[in-house]
Amino acid sequence: MSERVAVRKTYKLFIGGKFPRSESGRSYLVQSSNVSLASRKDARDAVVAARAAVKGWAGATAYNRGQILYRAAEMLEGRREQFVALGIPGDEVDAAVDRWVWYAGWADKLAQVYGGANPVAGPYFNISAPEPTGVVAVVAPERPALLGLVSVIAPAIVSGNTVVVAASPSEPLAAVTLAEVLATSDLPGGVVNILTGAITETAPTLAAHMDVNAIDLTGVTDAALATDLEVKAAENLKRVLRPAPADHDWTGDPGLAPMTALLETKTVWHPKGV
Amino acid sequence: MFEYAPAPESRSVVDLKPSYGLFIDGKFVDPADGGSFKSINPASEEVLAEIAEAGSEDVERAVRAARKAYDKVWGPMSGRDRAKYLYRIARLIQERSRELAVLESLDNGKPIRESRDVDLPLVAAHFFYYAGWADKLEHAGFGPRPQPIGVAAQVIPWNFPLLMLAWKIAPALAAGNTVVLKPAETTPLTALLFAEICQQAELPAGVVNILTGAGDTGRALVEHAGVDKVAFTGSTDVGRAIARSVAGTRKKLTLELGGKAANIVFDDAPIDQAVEGIVNGIFFNQGHVCCAGSRLLVQENVADRVLESLKRRMAQLRVGDPLDKNTDVGAINSAAQLERIRELSDAGSAEGAERWSPPCDLPDRGFWFAPTIFTGVTQAHRIAREEIFGPVLSVLTFRTPAEAVEKANNTPYGLSAGIWTDKGSRILWMADRLRAGVVWANTFNKFDPTSPFGGFKESGYGREGGRHGLEGYLNV
Repeated sequence: MSERVAVRKTYKLFIGGKFPRSESGRSYLVQSSNVSLASRKDARDAVVAARAAVKGWAGATAYNRGQILYRAAEMLEGRREQFVALGIPGDEVDAAVDRWVWYAGWADKLAQVYGGANPVAGPYFNISAPEPTGVVAVVAPERPALLGLVSVIAPAIVSGNTVVVAASPSEPLAAVTLAEVLATSDLPGGVVNILTGAITETAPTLAAHMDVNAIDLTGVTDAALATDLEVKAAENLKRVLRPAPADHDWTGDPGLAPMTALLETKTVWHPKGV
Repeated sequence: MFEYAPAPESRSVVDLKPSYGLFIDGKFVDPADGGSFKSINPASEEVLAEIAEAGSEDVERAVRAARKAYDKVWGPMSGRDRAKYLYRIARLIQERSRELAVLESLDNGKPIRESRDVDLPLVAAHFFYYAGWADKLEHAGFGPRPQPIGVAAQVIPWNFPLLMLAWKIAPALAAGNTVVLKPAETTPLTALLFAEICQQAELPAGVVNILTGAGDTGRALVEHAGVDKVAFTGSTDVGRAIARSVAGTRKKLTLELGGKAANIVFDDAPIDQAVEGIVNGIFFNQGHVCCAGSRLLVQENVADRVLESLKRRMAQLRVGDPLDKNTDVGAINSAAQLERIRELSDAGSAEGAERWSPPCDLPDRGFWFAPTIFTGVTQAHRIAREEIFGPVLSVLTFRTPAEAVEKANNTPYGLSAGIWTDKGSRILWMADRLRAGVVWANTFNKFDPTSPFGGFKESGYGREGGRHGLEGYLNV
C-alpha cells in the first residue's frame, strides 16, 4: 500500500473577506511554501476593501463587535494544532487566544473608560466619547508571528477600525492561517485584510495612501524605512504609531495605548433649558 | 438702527515698554544675534513695541534652560507643589485680567468685549483646571505612575494668543514638563506679560521660556534635538511640515490645525437662535477661529427665511475700534491675513458665487474686512473647500439629513460642526455621523477647560482640554 498523498494548501492574500492571489501573479518561497508576493495594486485594493467595511463595522454595536472578537478566539482555540504544526510554540498560541479574549471584552468598555461627561462651567450637557479613526495600515512584527500579529490587529479593530496588515515577510504562514480563522468568525469581509510579501513594497503605498487614516509601524525594524514611512504618512496627517522597541515584551499587559492611539475623541455640546 | 456713542476701554492700564527681550531661564535677555521685529496694532498700524527675534543660539539657550529646570527642579518637585505654582499663576491672571485683556485687543485686534469676557476668563480657568491635576495624575486613567515627557516645544497662533498659551502651558506644567513656547510673530505681547507673571509667581527659572520670532524661530525650536515633545496649533500646511520633521525621532507630537466646519440648520430649528449661532460661528473673533462655522448648510425649504434673517442681523454688527466696548467685529490681525481673505473672497465671486455684505463703514487705517456671505456656493468652489480664516461665510443648501452629513463630511478637515434642530434623536443621529472632534448642537463656539478639543483627519491629532489634554504631555 502506498502512503496517502497529502493535499497541500495554497497560501493566498486575504482581501475583502476573499482569498485572492496577488494580482501580480507573483509568489515567493518561504517556510517551504509559495506565498503570494503582494503588489502595490494589492495594497490599494485592500484599502478599498477596508474603507468599504468601515461603515458597517464602526456602526455595529460594541456588544456585537465584542461577540465577534470572542468568536475569533474560539476559532483560534480550535485550530491550535494547526498553528503548532506551522512551528508556532503552543504557549504562544495560547497567549494569542487569551489576547483575543482580553480585547474582545474591551469593545463595550472603552467608551466608558476613555470617554466621559465633562463638567463645563455653564448650562450645557457635554460628553466626550471615542470613535474609530477609520482605516488603519499595520506593519505586523516579524515575530512572534502569531502573538505579535494578534497584538496589532485586535486593538485596532475592537473599536471599529478596519485594517490592512502587512504580515511578517519571513513567517507569513501564521498570518494566512489567522485569516482563515477570521473568515470563519462572523467578521465582516474587509475589516481585516492581510498582505503577504515584502514590507518595502506594500508599506510605502499604504503610508502614502490618502484614504488611510493611521499607520502602525510596530513591525518596522529598519530605522530609515520607518522614517520614510512616517514622512509619507504626514501628507494627510495619518496618526502614526512608531516602531516597537527591539526588546518589547509581547506577553506583557498591553495597556490601553494600542487601542487609544487609533481613536478619535468626539465631544458633543448641547444647552440645557426648558 | 440707532447710533451708539463710543465707549472706549482705557489703554492706561497697560504699561508698554518700547522693546522686549526673550524670556530665558527666568530672565529677559537680549537675543544672541540681535535681531528684532515690530509688533503693531492691526486696528491703527501703530507700532506697539520692538520685539526680539530668537535665533538658533537663543533656541539652544532656552532648550538648555528648560532641560536643566526639568532635571533639577520641576521634574523632582512634588505634584502638590507644582499645583501651587499653577494656582498662583491662575490667580495672578485673574488679578491682572483687565491689563491682559486690553493688551490682547491692542496686539491682536479682537474686540475688548471678547478678550475681557471670553479669552481672559478661559485663560484663568485653564490654569485653575490643570493646577488641580498636578497632584492627581495617577488618577487620570493613564496608568498608576504616569511620567512627564521632558522638554516641550510649543508653537501657537495669533488668533487667541493668550488662550492658546494657556492651552499649551497649563497641561504641560501640570504633567511635570518644562516648556519653550513661541508665540506668533504678530501677537507676542501677552505672552511676554505672561513671562512677567511667571516671575511674579516666583516660578522656578527655566520652567517656562518664551522665545519670540517668526517661522524660522519656530522651525529651529521644533527641530531641536533636545526637545522631547512638540505641540503646535496653526495651519495644516505647517502642521504637515512639522509631522515630517519629527519623523524618525522619538518626539511626541500633537497638532491642532485648520478647519472648514459645517453649521447645519434644519427646517425645525428655532430660526432666531440659529441665526445667532451662525453669526457667532463665523463672525466671532473676525472669523479667525480654526473651528469657525464657515460653511452654512441650510435646509432648502427654510433657506430664504434664514438668509433674510441672517442679513438683517449682520446689518446690526458693529465693526470697528477693538477697544470700544460696543464693537462686535474688530480688526483683521495682519495685512497678510487681510490679503488672504481678499484673495479667497475674490475667487468666490470669480467662481460664480453671489457676494453680500451689509453697508459698513470701515476705518481708514488698519486692516478691516466687512462681514461677508456668499450664496449659491457649490462644494467645488474654493470658498467651500479652503479655510479662509476671516469673516466670510459660504452658504450651501441640502434637502435630507443624509445629504447634510455627506456635504458636511466632504472636506479633508474634521475639527468641528454645528447642528440646529428641535429634534433630539436627529441631533444624536447627526452627531454620530459627523466626522468632527467637537459637535455643537443648538450652540456654537463654546469652550471649557474640562472639555476636550481637537480634530479628526487633517485637522490634526491629540486633544487639548479635559483629562484627555494631559495625555499629550505624559508618557503613556
